[in-house]
Amino acid sequence: MTEKFDEVKEVKVDYTRLRVPLGPVHPALKEPISLTVTVRREEILDVVIRLGHVHRGIEALAETRNLIQTLYLVERICGICSHSHTTGFVQALEEIGEIELSDRSLHLRSLIFELERMQSHLFLIGIMAYEIGFDTLFMFTWYEREKILDLFEEITGNRIHHSMNTLGGVRWDLSPSFVEKVNCSLNKIEKSAKYIQEVFQDKTVEKRLCGVGVLDYDEARELCVVGPTARGSGVKVDIRKAYPYAAYSELKDDFSVVLRNTADAQARTQVRILELFESINLIRAILEKLPDGPIYKESVIKLMKKIPEGEATSLVEAPRGELLYFVRTNGKEGLWRLNVRTPTIPNVLGLKPMLIGSEIADIPVTVASIDPCMACANRITVVDQDKRETIVTDLKNLRNRGKKQ
Amino acid sequence: MKIAARSRIKSPWLFHLNTGSCAGCDIEIVATLTPRYDVERLGCILVGSPRHADVLLVTGPVTRQMLPRFIRVYEQVPEPKVVVAVGVCAISGSPFVGSQMIEGPPDKIVPVDVYVAGCPPRPEAIVNGIVTALKKKFG
Repeated sequence: MTEKFDEVKEVKVDYTRLRVPLGPVHPALKEPISLTVTVRREEILDVVIRLGHVHRGIEALAETRNLIQTLYLVERICGICSHSHTTGFVQALEEIGEIELSDRSLHLRSLIFELERMQSHLFLIGIMAYEIGFDTLFMFTWYEREKILDLFEEITGNRIHHSMNTLGGVRWDLSPSFVEKVNCSLNKIEKSAKYIQEVFQDKTVEKRLCGVGVLDYDEARELCVVGPTARGSGVKVDIRKAYPYAAYSELKDDFSVVLRNTADAQARTQVRILELFESINLIRAILEKLPDGPIYKESVIKLMKKIPEGEATSLVEAPRGELLYFVRTNGKEGLWRLNVRTPTIPNVLGLKPMLIGSEIADIPVTVASIDPCMACANRITVVDQDKRETIVTDLKNLRNRGKKQ
Repeated sequence: MKIAARSRIKSPWLFHLNTGSCAGCDIEIVATLTPRYDVERLGCILVGSPRHADVLLVTGPVTRQMLPRFIRVYEQVPEPKVVVAVGVCAISGSPFVGSQMIEGPPDKIVPVDVYVAGCPPRPEAIVNGIVTALKKKFG
């Protein structure tokens, strides 16, 4: 027996290039994304990103439904930025139908928008803390997040999918007594946001995050990354300032664009923490300026029937960045085409330069730092350019088509 | 009650699989672990591998891409296992009914023990769903 153990077998493994598959189901990733990482020992040489695991065919589905049904469908593209999606869609429809909104409904839209931004940023800050192994901070941040969800529940009746927007206005109003309650909660959240900011400036946290996932200014411009990912790299983009929508044209002076130049995971987290304070300022300004008036125009069904054939694009600044909606109506309460460009698609492309050259252990932190929302990024349909048709086919048919060509 | 079943009820470990949901239910599942609802006081932990889990939480209508992965993950969960479908999508495919990319709902593919309704369900409902499933299987 002893002889057997003494024998040393020589196993030849080529460590120069090793391919490590990550995902789609992986403990470090909350949503399905597949990364094939080529490594030399610990160093990452190449990354192949593959999306499409949560592709549900929403754009094709929207073409079979009427406008109000589509409103609830686009809300379910993403559970974290659901209000941004409905705002983008409804704004495009209102442009086609030339519907003018009351000031109060626009302000309420902005209010929910900012609350959503805060809830999304707190969500991400918590996830970042979790990824660097700081579970206490994760629990603390998510506890604060519940306070915002409570506000949502009181205003709209829902925690996640608010269903606040409708054609020609919003569905729920604020009572004067509730305004005080929002202010009270904001004070508490501001206090804990300051605490979170302090913790993120701690040396242990900084050492884990500084220099991880660097995306410099030129690369960020080239890849057209958006939102806090771009702002962390020093690119000044914010749709709220550049193309004001909802009530933001009146609120221009109440917030500023947060920029950081270090372009790493720390910078992107800092941008989000500082944007919490900007959002708190904005909500206070909105509540101060909140005008009186009706919150919606007339019956939604009547408005939907009035919408003519036409097309429009609308831009909103979702918590993750610029969100584009292209809508083309057919004049019969339905849609010819719905196209959505979500912020995660350009941001995921930024992952590649961020990861190359770093280490395997940094993958979860880097992926989390762009705040990816896979549910947003998977809506690809097959477009036949010669016939100008949009087809959704199954794999068998696609293979057969490939053989014919 | 046998000692194994008793210990399973004492500390059910959860594995969460997103099969194409909008992330709404996933956030609520994570929210159940956070201080407000805190299922860890009941012995639940969200684990990283299906091989360690007793309860499989499924969210979302099963998309075509996730179908083989879903079956594989289900097979990796050791017996006796409990499957809880969280959210309306996992019950009927609700807003995505009619899409050609949807192969679900999950109960078409694997046996599901408990359905938790809501879009997304409240954390309390998810906790209740897990408790009901454990009672049904071991109680």
